[in-house]
Amino acid sequence: MSGALGDMWDYLRSSEAWSGRNGLPALAWAHLRVSAVAVLVAAAVAIPAGVLLGHVKRGALLAVSVVNIGRAVPSFAVLALLLPFSLRYGFGLGFWPTIVALVLLAVPPIFTNTYTGVRDVPADAVEAAQGMGMRGGELVRRVELPVALPLVLTGLRVSAVQVVATATLGALVGYRNLGTLIVTGFTSPNKGRMLAGAVAVALLALAVDAIFALAARLLVPWRRKPGRWADAAVAGPDGGAAPAAP
Amino acid sequence: MTAPLAAAEPLVRWDWVRDHTDDITAALWEHLHLTAVSVAVGFAISLVLALVAVRWRWTYEPLAGVCSVLYAIPSLALFGVLVAIPFFGLGFRTSLVALVSYTLLILLRNIVAGLDGVPPAAREAADAMGYERWRRLLQVDLPLAVPAIVAGLRIATVTTVGLVTVTALVGMGGFGDLINDGLSRDFPTPIVVGTVLSVALAVALDVLFVGLEWLITPWARARGAAAGGSGRAEVAT
Amino acid sequence: MRDRQASAPADVAVPVGAPPPVAEIGAEPGPPADAGGQVALRLDRLTKVYPGASRPAVDGLDLTVPRGELVALVGPSGCGKTTTLKMINRLVEPTSGTVWLDGVDVRSLPVHELRRGIGYVIQQAGLFPHRKVRDNIATVPRLLGWPRRRIDDRVHELAELLDLDPDLLDRYPAALSGGQQQRVGVARALAADPPVLLMDEPYSAVDPIVRARLQDELMALQRRVHKTIVLVTHDIDEAIKLADRIAVLNVGGVLEQVGPPEDLLREPATDFVADFLGEDRGIKRLSLLRVGSAALRRGPVVGTAASADEARQVMAREGTDWVVVCAGDRLRGWVGADELDRVATVADAEPRRFAAVVRADTTLRSALDVIVTSRSRVAVVVDDPHAGAAGASPDARYLGILTLDDLAEGVTG
Repeated sequence: MSGALGDMWDYLRSSEAWSGRNGLPALAWAHLRVSAVAVLVAAAVAIPAGVLLGHVKRGALLAVSVVNIGRAVPSFAVLALLLPFSLRYGFGLGFWPTIVALVLLAVPPIFTNTYTGVRDVPADAVEAAQGMGMRGGELVRRVELPVALPLVLTGLRVSAVQVVATATLGALVGYRNLGTLIVTGFTSPNKGRMLAGAVAVALLALAVDAIFALAARLLVPWRRKPGRWADAAVAGPDGGAAPAAP
Repeated sequence: MTAPLAAAEPLVRWDWVRDHTDDITAALWEHLHLTAVSVAVGFAISLVLALVAVRWRWTYEPLAGVCSVLYAIPSLALFGVLVAIPFFGLGFRTSLVALVSYTLLILLRNIVAGLDGVPPAAREAADAMGYERWRRLLQVDLPLAVPAIVAGLRIATVTTVGLVTVTALVGMGGFGDLINDGLSRDFPTPIVVGTVLSVALAVALDVLFVGLEWLITPWARARGAAAGGSGRAEVAT
Repeated sequence: MRDRQASAPADVAVPVGAPPPVAEIGAEPGPPADAGGQVALRLDRLTKVYPGASRPAVDGLDLTVPRGELVALVGPSGCGKTTTLKMINRLVEPTSGTVWLDGVDVRSLPVHELRRGIGYVIQQAGLFPHRKVRDNIATVPRLLGWPRRRIDDRVHELAELLDLDPDLLDRYPAALSGGQQQRVGVARALAADPPVLLMDEPYSAVDPIVRARLQDELMALQRRVHKTIVLVTHDIDEAIKLADRIAVLNVGGVLEQVGPPEDLLREPATDFVADFLGEDRGIKRLSLLRVGSAALRRGPVVGTAASADEARQVMAREGTDWVVVCAGDRLRGWVGADELDRVATVADAEPRRFAAVVRADTTLRSALDVIVTSRSRVAVVVDDPHAGAAGASPDARYLGILTLDDLAEGVTG
């Protein structure tokens, strides 16, 4: 390890690390860009669908199936499967197979959390709003979506962290990003670049997690809980104990 | 690493599958072995952590915090760090540490939620009838937490099966080796076979846990439809 | 709880409330002199201050529970009644003071042994959802390491005692009704035959009809098993119905008064107790007294052979416009003044059945209801096992009449 740490230190002091298309800034930017696009596209698809189904309270089975399938299908396999198609239909290596795999990865948490959040808005709040004369879109905009917002944000946060983590795998299908440093490092005797890439990806993922946590605090001040970490990642309002029934 | 694929190449070449049944079986066992060991080790660690967290409540936040950080670290990054350490290197140890570290948060949260979900009246009754702490834990708290614990095991197991495909990159892949092989040779058959079998394994293990829970929680069956939850979407993680 | 039939002989006008055999307040510290004798449980200057609380939850409580009695702890929320109960089996450790159980300081016993020797019943039963009814009942005997045969026998014995269908023994608690669950909770508490039973709001989660039935069952059960019971309840009517003695606690765990329900209702020691018992204290007392214990009047009674004139004389003497007609001591009915003009004897007038009848074991409260809804403002008291909603049966034995004045006499006298 100490040898690898020394190698990493040497790499970080070299100009190679900070300039050119294989430098850390360029790789990190590519990493963030593909992640951001994937989350935005996934949100554009999943949030309206989740709101619509949650509003009419239909599609529970779909919501359950989407997360389960999303969890059972490995992103690595999706990438590997997409590559031949991407090549066959002229989209080439790199960006396109990566982005498609990441969107597929990002959709389930956002969709399911939005759906559940909107569906489980307390019935009395909905009735009160209807009693005040709200209907349809107005009800969604002014009551259901704000009440569901904490869950939607949690879904976005989970998706974003997973996407940043998984974007590394894009290196395997020729998308140059921070993962490239890791993948090429496995077989290289010099572990310095690999270690630098690994640390950079880990820091990036933790930073994204922290930014979303902060955003949730600012956007949903009424739901601020004392527990910072305990409610951070793995589960929604039911403490993660809800069975992922097939 | 890849070259344009011949347009005529079919998705699955069945003769390849026939010729490689031994390799596929070996991959299945490796995949299963790595998954089972990872989930078992992860469960053992999480159980200890959960018991500590429930006994000394203030430890829960920091413990969950550490697990959250481990969970957020991309698998490739963790491989990268671990491979650089001679003791771990390429192979089983690195794979195991990475896979275990991803199960911890899921299992810890579910075990703690399960223990917290024990009806207070049942717990008070157990204390009032003279259960010692450890006996109450074994005979009352843990049995009643089984549904939540199994829910956590299901999520952890399915997630681990998927991650094992990635450990192919550090030489311990199971079905991931097939996928990696196909990827490096522009040959879709092993990719498809590896993917389908990986998903099938995840589903099979999930069903296994459902059956296990059904077996060991006869009281939940007696409640019948009242137990509910069938239409309950699980909220992401 | 005392068997009120036995302590309230039918011919005594003002019964009940015999002086308690033991002093209410134990002033001296140290173990009770009669260890193993009359006193089962004694709380001695018991105090609990929860960490961070500005005032005690229970403050210097002295209370004695005689063996075989049911003592109810009542009071508003925040009066520390549940805290007091939990200090007895050390679910809550006192800040100071001592609980003496059979003359032994409960702190001198290992906590698990102590608890295995005290039955505990809580709201919503607190059954273990993952264990069959039989295993729930067997909990403490198993902890005590009884042999399997003995446990099985005991489970069946308790099922019989609590009127639980043997089929229920192999079900899980979720398949039981609220009332059944509560019965199983009591069976579980009694399983190892502990001399002392603690009950914390045992019936507050069941509906009123089931609650009344469970209360009646507890009274019947107590007549058989004679446990020393401490019952916590916020329901003063429940306490009056079940308890031999009621301890009224004020906020902060201050004991306001302790004594038999009759004493509290007749002479509340403080305004707080009077308020807590409610404005209908007198009416509540009526529910403690039986018709048989009131001074019954003979009333305007004539034999079946009495002439119309004789009947008119009796009416004039009693100030009524009707007479009771009896054949010997058998009640035949009543005849009104306007029916006597056309007949020679009252029997010819075809006496009509009384609707407003009560039995000797009816509570005065029920009798009051009968009186105010009857035409003549009188209840006829009969000894009649077959009396029902339609009135007296042909073999009813006439005992006398009861008026509003007589009721008032019973309460104030």
